[in-house]
Amino acid sequence: MENEKQFFDRLEQKGVSRRDFVKYCTFLTATMGLSSSFVPKVAEVFAAPKQRPPVVWLHFGECTGCTEALLRSQYPYIDDLVLEVLSVEYHETIMAAAGHQAEEQLQSAIKKYEGKFICVVEGAVATKYDGAYGKIGGRTFLEIAKDVCPKAAAVIAIGTCASYGGVQAAAPNPGGYVGVGEALGIKTLNIPGCPPNPVNFVGTVVNYLLLGKLPDLDKLGRPLFAYGKTIHDQCPRRSHFENEEFVLEFGSQEAAMGYCLYKMGCRGPETYNNCPIAKFNDGTSWPVEAGHPCLGCSEPAFWDKMSPFYEPM
Amino acid sequence: MGNRITIDPITRIEGHLRIEVEIEGGKVKDAWSSGQMFRGIELILQGRDPRDAHHFVQRSCGVCTYTHALASVRAVENAVGVTIPPNARLIRNLLHGAQFQHDHLVHFYHLHALDWVDIVSALKADPAKTAVLADTVSSASVGGAVYYKAVQQRLQTFVDSGQLGPFSNAYWGHEAYKLPPEANLMAAGHYLEALKLQARTARMHAIFGGKNPHLQSLVVGGVTCVADLTPDRIVEFLYLWKESQEFIKNVYIPDLLTVASFYKDWGAIGGATNFLAYGDLPASEKEPESLYLPGGVIMKRDVTKVGAVQQEKITESVTRSWYEEGTAKHPSKGETKPKHGEYKTDAKYSWLKAPRYEGEPCEVGPLARVLVAYGKGHAEIKSVVDSTLKKLDIPVTALFSTLGRTAARGLETIAIGDAMEGMINELITNIKNGDTKTYQAWQMPDKGMGYGLNDVARGALGHWIEIENKKIKNYQYVVPSTWNLGPRCEKGKRGPVEEALIGTPIADPKRPLEVLRTVHSFDPCIACAVHVIDPDSNEVYKIRVV
Repeated sequence: MENEKQFFDRLEQKGVSRRDFVKYCTFLTATMGLSSSFVPKVAEVFAAPKQRPPVVWLHFGECTGCTEALLRSQYPYIDDLVLEVLSVEYHETIMAAAGHQAEEQLQSAIKKYEGKFICVVEGAVATKYDGAYGKIGGRTFLEIAKDVCPKAAAVIAIGTCASYGGVQAAAPNPGGYVGVGEALGIKTLNIPGCPPNPVNFVGTVVNYLLLGKLPDLDKLGRPLFAYGKTIHDQCPRRSHFENEEFVLEFGSQEAAMGYCLYKMGCRGPETYNNCPIAKFNDGTSWPVEAGHPCLGCSEPAFWDKMSPFYEPM
Repeated sequence: MGNRITIDPITRIEGHLRIEVEIEGGKVKDAWSSGQMFRGIELILQGRDPRDAHHFVQRSCGVCTYTHALASVRAVENAVGVTIPPNARLIRNLLHGAQFQHDHLVHFYHLHALDWVDIVSALKADPAKTAVLADTVSSASVGGAVYYKAVQQRLQTFVDSGQLGPFSNAYWGHEAYKLPPEANLMAAGHYLEALKLQARTARMHAIFGGKNPHLQSLVVGGVTCVADLTPDRIVEFLYLWKESQEFIKNVYIPDLLTVASFYKDWGAIGGATNFLAYGDLPASEKEPESLYLPGGVIMKRDVTKVGAVQQEKITESVTRSWYEEGTAKHPSKGETKPKHGEYKTDAKYSWLKAPRYEGEPCEVGPLARVLVAYGKGHAEIKSVVDSTLKKLDIPVTALFSTLGRTAARGLETIAIGDAMEGMINELITNIKNGDTKTYQAWQMPDKGMGYGLNDVARGALGHWIEIENKKIKNYQYVVPSTWNLGPRCEKGKRGPVEEALIGTPIADPKRPLEVLRTVHSFDPCIACAVHVIDPDSNEVYKIRVV
């Protein structure tokens, strides 16, 4: 296929070999829980999307960490994701337009692609005082969410804030922040994590492009391919747990030997996520590998339920 | 009265910011900066375990990731009285240096460049001439006519698809864009290269921090990554550092100088008056003496007199912010009674408070740091500043401007990046000598007070904590964007960005590109900047500084 050839030529120009790319697609396919026969199809999604699916990305009460996490996506690199895989119609952090030109862009996108665009929400929605704690262009987050989300083909909540309220919803939740699903009374696909691994977002989108539907979810709205097992069950330090080899002080001999962090407060046994397998930043590391206990950041209300973080469960 | 225009949302920043300007005779006559979101993290911290604070405050911002966590562990360490081991200090400095490299690079290319670079004009460029231009100004490792033809083709395909995505509806073709098509194409190519590089630069954080954004290896007393002090990890870090620093020197700085050479008039637009830096990157436990980036205060643009920072002189005013009346007070003694209300530029108009030093607004950030270091005769900073001024053939006074601010960001990146090499070598020497200590054990006191003054990518950052019954009684932070983007104070003095905008030429009020240039040059981060308060309880927060 001509497009595919061009795609691989372009990849090679960038120093990414076809082999590397197929390796990545294999990894992504495996992460998504699909059989290896899907690998060429996953590759095709990146090589030749017919029409790039429109994405409207909204920012509410958040820190932009989820966007930053996505910017660290390395296969595909973010420039491919933005220029060749998706059509990012509205995204305040990266878009060139500002002010009323940006507002116009949002309105024209949701009109043009009504019922067809993917709405990605980053951040929680303030509900106290009619949402007065957060505004964009004079409209509250709540008003914007009510306007945009129902017009989308699907709403993806990226990060724990959009999924379940996140840090600003921690007690006493001064702004009355809630996740976007709760704010609107709708079902969202949730990709929690603080921030989540971009691989899980990309996997979800590829699933949508490849199979024309969103992946299977658990009862908290999380894709099972990423959030189906606990950290503890996938942890490379698990054998130390079984052998009762624990770290009791940071920086100790036991810490240097990579013993289990259970007694330092690790929340891996209660936390569903694929961090030990997918790892972060192109597989460089993950918190437990860096010697720090898991905080449980992909679980609802983890800021209250999992803290104090340094006390054992 | 002139014509008023509002830009909301300001895009290509972190957070929700609204800027309003009054235009008269084709120039900005007055300006108002308004923070449009409020989350309340300081309030959420009350009653929690002080050891947990850094995880919460790090979520102030995912763009300035790491910096709040660093400021927080330093404040708690100050309160509990623990000194961290040299290796922990080195690793924290290395992570901090990597953050500077990453943050400044992304700001220049992905948040700021499109204010100067017209992507659409790049389609008209001659790729062969672009290659010649690029070879003349930079030593980028990618380039050549074939490369620029491919970049142009990629942009053309994108435009032809009719799905312009993030490049839709911008100010393309605006008369204030001055770069020739070839320079625009070169910058477009490097925009895409930098987008890829930054993902690798951020991997430095993952090596000793587990992940980026939101690192997870800091703890009160040191760092947790003792198992990563291995040759392979250090070499991986070294490689990524080198790759990033080469790009900064061979691409970012040449691009900065090329763009600047077409916009020298911006060396007389967008300046502020007073400057404040706390300083950072300690070379030993002795502070502030050992700080690689020195602290200081410059009033009325007099770089020959750099005063020492006395943090008691900081106050915060709420007269024009959505809080009830109160006199300006030190952040540690501040009363904060929120009163969310209407947006009125002649009354209250922002969630940001207005920090002042000796009653004066101060710009913080790269320009403040560079001016302070320059005034103090810092060898490396002085050398890069002088050579840049010479190359651009502009006077020192041109630093007090939008151009100066944007240039200072690039120049300090060189100096900080270079300084990281010595830190890596020191770490290796320590490990060679058998010192792998990364953590100092400590005891939580019943009571304590502490603070940490830091200088992070966007500027001076202070965290204050009070501990009682081993819990957080109070927590306050005054962040760079509150200094820079804050509103007027009780004396009616404008905040730095408001002051800087005055006099900015506006060619087309419907497309106020020039306003974005100055606002973006401050690299605003609004999620960080907004303070806390609970409107129901109207609680009064008080902390004293030790």
